[in-house]
Amino acid sequence: MIGYAGRILRVDLSTGSSKTEPLREEMAKKYIGGIGLGIRLLLDNSKPGVEPLSAENPLVLVTGPMTGTMGPTAGNGIAFVSKSPLTNGTGEAKSHGFFGADLKRAGYDAVIFEGKSEKPVYVWIDDDSVQLMDAKHLWGKSPMDTEDAIRDELGDYYVRVAAIGEAGEKLSKIAAIINDKTRAAGRTGMGTVMAFKNLKAVAVRGTKDVTVANPEEFLEFVKMLHERMKGPATTKYRTLGTPLNILVHNSLGALPTRNFTNATFEGAEKVSGEYLNERFVAKIIGCSSCAMRCEHIALVPEGPYKGALTRVEYEPLWSLGPHCGVDRLDAIIEAMHLCNYYGLDSLSAGNAVGFAMDCYEHGILTKKDTDGIDLSFGNAEALIDTLHKMGKREGLGNILAEGVKRAAEKIGKGAEKYANHIKGLEMTGYDIRGLKTAAIGYAVSFRGADHNRHGAYGLDLKGTVDRFKVEKGRSNLVIEIEDLYTIIDSLILCKFSRGTYYETFEDLARYYTLATGITITPEELRITGERINNLGRLFNIREGLTRKDDHLPAKVMSTPIPDDTVSKGSYITQKELDFMLDDYYSCRGWTIEGVPTIEKLKEIGLNDLAYIVKPKIEKPKKPETKKS
Amino acid sequence: MAAAPVRKFVSADPEKCVGCAVCEYICSFEKEKAFNPLKSRIRVVRLHPLINLSVTCRLCEDPPCVAACPRDALEQSGETGVIIIDEEKCNGCGWCIEACDYGAITLHPESRVVFVCDLCDGEPKCVEWCPEEALDFTTPDLLAQKARRAVVKKLFQEAMKTVPA
Repeated sequence: MIGYAGRILRVDLSTGSSKTEPLREEMAKKYIGGIGLGIRLLLDNSKPGVEPLSAENPLVLVTGPMTGTMGPTAGNGIAFVSKSPLTNGTGEAKSHGFFGADLKRAGYDAVIFEGKSEKPVYVWIDDDSVQLMDAKHLWGKSPMDTEDAIRDELGDYYVRVAAIGEAGEKLSKIAAIINDKTRAAGRTGMGTVMAFKNLKAVAVRGTKDVTVANPEEFLEFVKMLHERMKGPATTKYRTLGTPLNILVHNSLGALPTRNFTNATFEGAEKVSGEYLNERFVAKIIGCSSCAMRCEHIALVPEGPYKGALTRVEYEPLWSLGPHCGVDRLDAIIEAMHLCNYYGLDSLSAGNAVGFAMDCYEHGILTKKDTDGIDLSFGNAEALIDTLHKMGKREGLGNILAEGVKRAAEKIGKGAEKYANHIKGLEMTGYDIRGLKTAAIGYAVSFRGADHNRHGAYGLDLKGTVDRFKVEKGRSNLVIEIEDLYTIIDSLILCKFSRGTYYETFEDLARYYTLATGITITPEELRITGERINNLGRLFNIREGLTRKDDHLPAKVMSTPIPDDTVSKGSYITQKELDFMLDDYYSCRGWTIEGVPTIEKLKEIGLNDLAYIVKPKIEKPKKPETKKS
Repeated sequence: MAAAPVRKFVSADPEKCVGCAVCEYICSFEKEKAFNPLKSRIRVVRLHPLINLSVTCRLCEDPPCVAACPRDALEQSGETGVIIIDEEKCNGCGWCIEACDYGAITLHPESRVVFVCDLCDGEPKCVEWCPEEALDFTTPDLLAQKARRAVVKKLFQEAMKTVPA
């Protein structure tokens, strides 16, 4: 195969042995790479009901078909896939940077880590040589320090490293995997799975060529993308970056503030992208092979957090800022740095602090629980102190490190009313109380609370639809983007580049074929997107998730937006949610319980997985449907 | 005395370079029809997220790499200044690599002889493709001009504001 390396590496961490097996072309075309191929490999390499934190749960690393080429953004991706310890369903997180390209050059489309090492190790993949290396001296180190130490000891500055931090080591369920120092595969606890295996890091050096099927036309295509990337489709990412969203969301009453108590933030100006870029952004850098350059590196120039340095994006800025009522950018940058330092998913971590603050404001947590910390909304020092405690699992931090769903169960006293998650995964920075198209996408997303599985907030925010209304057929708009987004995450393109594929599936099919030589039509690629969405759903169904897991965060359904803004009074009722789910399932061709039908599976080439849905469809329908 | 020929080389602007490595990919593709940074004649160094720079051959006067070769495998083109490698003579001993202050001449991972920037016959692909326009095909004199203009602009920041565009 061309583009693809044609090989899957299997590493048994229990025994230290490894072997390779071929990636069949049929499998490659059907699942593309990235999360598509990753979820399929997860499903095929795990038993139903597998415990996420067990030796039997594999951690799958997957590159994309164009990883290692100079396809802008396509050239540098990596996906981590496993059963999530947060959701007990499909777990996946992607990252860019440089790590993925080296893994491809080492000659692998995917690596499946099985078993569990007895003691801390890192895996050193040096082209065909795969070794387990002692990592006792790295235990406790941050991902960045781990990267430096591994490069030093292997004696090659160009070795690429993906590592976990202390939070992962202590099995926090919201642990991230960090590669290339500033890039995080944050969501769904992939760092926790890696840590459970005693796998501190993966170091890789690839020296092999990556080629494409049609070099001349591929290069022309890349040139065209370079030109498009200099244009309006990416202006946002190249200038203010995603923090631009702060003021936009604020003006539309869609900026979740103080754990979804409000939808506007009086301190928005002070944490805006505009202010951030003026005061804190020191340099904008780029990933391997990308022509866009979006990575805003912020540095605190003075004050108590002087020297704090981090890559800034809207989501962590939101979760650690407005979501906690914090309006000090220096503290927010320090907080983001701490998340990277401890290896915490900054989204889930910010959610956990905001949740604890909400509990504190409502008397559910007191100073006795917080070791004397005043956890009032807006207390920047409390945010920093609590993150340290989460990273080290001390005091209240020990509970919050489990994620908001489990933390609420442990705290009790009605704390679940303040735990904003879907399927156990914490919320992201869109106030879906007044974004009712996005709300559909959030509820049904196979990895839990997420804007990146559907991007339907765009339709709401741009006014393409009436965002305060639910209506029949609206789900079709969500599905259209979902099917595109699973392809983007399987090719592992950066979503910041999505606007440069003017003809969407047509452009992407051409891109894929030029690189791999595998012919695929735009329609086939769309169906592939649908197939991968169904696949994510099927894994969840196999693991016991049902319609009732397609829920929305507690406060989205309990607290109408109180602010004097355009979205005032908006929230989502159970009746509306039921309507959304009925509509979505019907548009997807699923049963009323949200189970893909046998006919649907045949249509999209997943007949071999019909065994997962058969018992759900044939069993008595009556008691189950009544519940919903 | 005839003026020495003006030698142009590829230089990266530290203010503009973002470390994206597009130059490495296009170089290896142009020269070897493969994407592989190890086969690129220009290499990116990221010391820190804030410190990025591409480095390639500077076409030194009296190049130390040429002087260091015990087998006389290297010579400098009198016209362009490019280092020409006799692949028959080179045995990959690495003396030239040690002699170069910039790490610009390196050992090819497959042929095991050294290789270095040849300026793509006067039209360097890396310069053409750099998305940040961070690479210049330039001369020492032009670099000095650029530096002088930058420093004067900085010194006269206030005055520059009043100058009509």
